[in-house]
Amino acid sequence: MLERAEIVRKEYLRHDKKFPHVWCPGCGNGIAMGALLRAIHSLGLSKNEIVLASGIGCSGRMPTYIDFNTIHTTHGRALTFSTGIKLAKPELTVLTVMGDGDATAIGGNHFIHAARRNIDLTAIIINNSIYGMTGGQYSPTTPFGSTSTTSVYGHVEHAFSIAELAATAGASFVARSTVYHASHLEEMLKLAIRKKGFSVMEIISNCHVQYGKKNKLGGAVQMLNSYKENAIKVEKAADMSPEELEGKITIGVLADVEKPVSTEVYRKVVETARIKAAKLTKEKGKNRVKRYEE
Amino acid sequence: MESVETQNKILLQGNEAIVAGAMAAGCTFFAGYPITPASEISELLSVKLPQVGGTFIQMEDEIASMGAVIGASLAGAKAMTATSGPGFSLMQENLGFGCITEVPCVIVNVMRGGPSTGLPTSVAQGDVQMTRWGTHGDHPIIVMAVSSVADCFSITVKAFNLSEKYRTPVIILSDEVVAHTRESVVLPADEKIRVFDRVKPDVPPEWYKPYADNNRGVPDMASFGDGYRHHVTGLVHDESGFPTQNSKEVDAFLRRIHNKISKGFHEIMVTKEYLMEDAEVFVIAYGSVARPALRAVRDARRQGVKAGLLQLITLFPFPRKTVDTYLRQCRAAVVPEMNMGQMAREISRVNQSSCRVIKHNRIDGHLITPDEILKHLATV
Repeated sequence: MLERAEIVRKEYLRHDKKFPHVWCPGCGNGIAMGALLRAIHSLGLSKNEIVLASGIGCSGRMPTYIDFNTIHTTHGRALTFSTGIKLAKPELTVLTVMGDGDATAIGGNHFIHAARRNIDLTAIIINNSIYGMTGGQYSPTTPFGSTSTTSVYGHVEHAFSIAELAATAGASFVARSTVYHASHLEEMLKLAIRKKGFSVMEIISNCHVQYGKKNKLGGAVQMLNSYKENAIKVEKAADMSPEELEGKITIGVLADVEKPVSTEVYRKVVETARIKAAKLTKEKGKNRVKRYEE
Repeated sequence: MESVETQNKILLQGNEAIVAGAMAAGCTFFAGYPITPASEISELLSVKLPQVGGTFIQMEDEIASMGAVIGASLAGAKAMTATSGPGFSLMQENLGFGCITEVPCVIVNVMRGGPSTGLPTSVAQGDVQMTRWGTHGDHPIIVMAVSSVADCFSITVKAFNLSEKYRTPVIILSDEVVAHTRESVVLPADEKIRVFDRVKPDVPPEWYKPYADNNRGVPDMASFGDGYRHHVTGLVHDESGFPTQNSKEVDAFLRRIHNKISKGFHEIMVTKEYLMEDAEVFVIAYGSVARPALRAVRDARRQGVKAGLLQLITLFPFPRKTVDTYLRQCRAAVVPEMNMGQMAREISRVNQSSCRVIKHNRIDGHLITPDEILKHLATV
């Protein structure tokens, strides 16, 4: 395990360039990043063929630290850049890391359309239920009734379930894990990256500095422990009632479907269009020769 | 036998000519969102691009279109989008990203009346200053205005070349009249079209500095997947591409991206002069208004008025030197625009002589007529 950690550090991190990182001590982002790098290492992907894109926020800083082709885009728009990159160079493995506000508030429209399109992309959403970097304002995943700097009287809105939203919008693969379940998370990430089509990996993570503190959930350790206590494997959750699942975190593969991947279908469009164009040019050429002969 | 002239002579509308220009320039990627009067560009490219192995995609909005265009360009494609005012408003955020990360791309804005949903889809020129200052922060940009179907072809080729050469977004400002007017044009043969491709690095990957200055001020650009792993960010960055707040590095970076455009003024600034040699009064016009302006100038000459036309193709960077030369030569400049005087403002700003700058503004959704301009020329 230690050996693997060392490989990941030496092989993948830009340790000589942009460290120390900006994340608070105990932040779940580091665990998510570690699991991602271990997943990529065991999949045997080359660094040159991976693009890691991000939006804005704490999660948005992740690409800075990793030695891939990396791009830190605008708030909520990361998937649109990833779409362009993947379409222009389909041989690249394009990963997009986002936060909950990034992916489902300002980027919500891009997120559901990326899922609908089913382009071969992997969206990794670190869900800490709050806007951490800007100081703890409520996000689309902040639970009803909880406290944030913009809901000091208790949050009056209801939260999105990111995984359900993704599955309904048409994602080919949806999984959820938490930063407590590091090994499980790594396995889920491997499946998500390997899956052809749009895959979504929701990672439940702790922002003890903003969300945890304001809602009296304790520090990083207490929050991680709560994930341990409340996580239910999807297979087990299938036999439980909605009442029993209240407050629980269902982890595992939530959706895995096979359907045409638009990046691949478009390659066929290109072939058809090329054949048609070639035919047209040929016919035009023939006509010209005829006219010259006359 | 067909003569050379008639061989490539075709009837095209402005939007179609932009597509022809884009294809000739080597465009391989288009992302856009439907909007009148720009939609023909999308429709035609959805047919043409796959024929050459390129990619067309219709995104969920113009924010996404601009994001996809920049992403594709970073992966090595020559990429473009096309829109009109409302969509151009949405593009400003990622346009700024394209400026700070120095990503070549071409954005066509086919102007219609505004603000907001405005006048769909009557002609206007209300987006001129927005092309220069629409996105936040100090940034350089190149904006070129087309006035005819022939322009649509040649300026589109030029826009792609400049974007690749200077690593910058280039905006083509068209308008509803140019976009939908059909004219017969002779397109140059493929081998006569000069196409410039971005300079790629040839150093070993470990030496590559994606934002380092060189004598041109335009760093070599590696594509994602070329083996030159690097970081691209909308944060102000140092020469290795990583975010910096070091005041020296910040200053050097922002000045370089401005200076690289200044270094190219000689080829970026494009104007056309008609009958200007001995002109005493002149019209400064751009876009579709340049057409009635030329007619007005010819009519004025027939009436004995020594009139000329300075047509601005490049609007930004503003062709200050050329404009200044003629302001010094003439006693009056008529500036007809289908807005409340967005370019007249620039012209007055640089006017150091006693030349009168006369605004003529029409904002009712109709093209300015030659007679309207002639009236000014005949009376000044």
